[in-house]
Amino acid sequence: MDMDDVRQELLMAFAAGRLAEPVTLAIATHVALNPKAHAVVRAYEELGGRFLEELEPEPLPPGSLDAVMALLDTPPVTPRPRTGIQQDPSIPPVLARYLPAPIDQLPWKRLGPVAEYPLLKEVAGYKTQLLRIQAGRKVPQHTHDGNELTVVLRGAYGDGIGHYARGDLSVADGSINHQPKADEGEECLCLAVTDARLRLTGTLGRLLNPFIRF
Amino acid sequence: MNHPLEPDFAELIERVAGSHDKAAFAALFHHFAPKIRSYLRRLGVGDTMADDLTQEVMLSVWRRAGQYDRRLAAPATWVYTIARNKRIDALRRDRGAETSLDDTIEQEPDDAPLSDEIAIARQMREKVLVAVDALPPDQARLLKVFYFEEKSHSVIAEEMELPLGTVKSRLRLALAKMRTLMNMND
Repeated sequence: MDMDDVRQELLMAFAAGRLAEPVTLAIATHVALNPKAHAVVRAYEELGGRFLEELEPEPLPPGSLDAVMALLDTPPVTPRPRTGIQQDPSIPPVLARYLPAPIDQLPWKRLGPVAEYPLLKEVAGYKTQLLRIQAGRKVPQHTHDGNELTVVLRGAYGDGIGHYARGDLSVADGSINHQPKADEGEECLCLAVTDARLRLTGTLGRLLNPFIRF
Repeated sequence: MNHPLEPDFAELIERVAGSHDKAAFAALFHHFAPKIRSYLRRLGVGDTMADDLTQEVMLSVWRRAGQYDRRLAAPATWVYTIARNKRIDALRRDRGAETSLDDTIEQEPDDAPLSDEIAIARQMREKVLVAVDALPPDQARLLKVFYFEEKSHSVIAEEMELPLGTVKSRLRLALAKMRTLMNMND
């Protein structure tokens, strides 16, 4: 399947709120760093707005407006967890929320030239990780059982198919045997989401599974 | 496009932002709250939860009105994104998650001056609406049902009395056409 089609479909599904949480996180990070992807999502959200306008209204129980009006002058009470990582300009807030500590203080697991930090471990069916690839080093060659979405946060890498810099999203399916290599001179920091079970075969498979299944 | 007799919703949101205008908020509530409820119900949210979430969405409309920029999105689109994010957060809360997407998901991309962003947003918005209007009605409907009503291919096939393969191929066709019409092949 054409990877541009997949990217397109992911952006539309993101606009529609239909992606599983790890995939939502990857696309939200991509969108936060990439003005063009953001514009595409905004455009698809217009479809959502139009859809909302076309819906038959369903009345709310009596008193609903009064109940909300009574809250208008109350300041919001939800405490915002802050980790201090918000100060790191390479991490957009949507991703920073998931991190308990600044990048350098996370408990990284080092495997040769690559260090990993897992996220969203509680979400079954996906492997979500931050990856640091040492400057100029290669990730061991691999194929995926499923699909892999990678968003570059800092630095850049190439895999023989494309070259990806900050804000770029790469989509690889099980048919791609690739060996990402970080550019010389700077470590590459990425967010990678792998759907471990299914291959992309003409539909988005698990990537598109509604959120509600989790 | 607003109906001629409908209020200017962008202006109402701006009045909420500018002067905490409660009458303007009430007018927004009357228009949008029943649609938000309808949206949530279509996505399978239960009655009570739909009422609660609708109120939360409207409260966000009040609190975040200052972030609305009519140059970037139609009023219904802005309200839609709040409702979408609230629903996602509600599902995550069920799972015990604490972080909220609602106020982080709409981040300005870095390095994009607002004027550029406004120009791109306007252009893309026009393109997507032209593109969806150019689709044959059955394909446009499929896109909407699949993405915004969260129905599976097989449920759509059943409801539209079409073979499953036809639903899948029309959906792919619609997506490919959207992409071409939006000139996103670069």
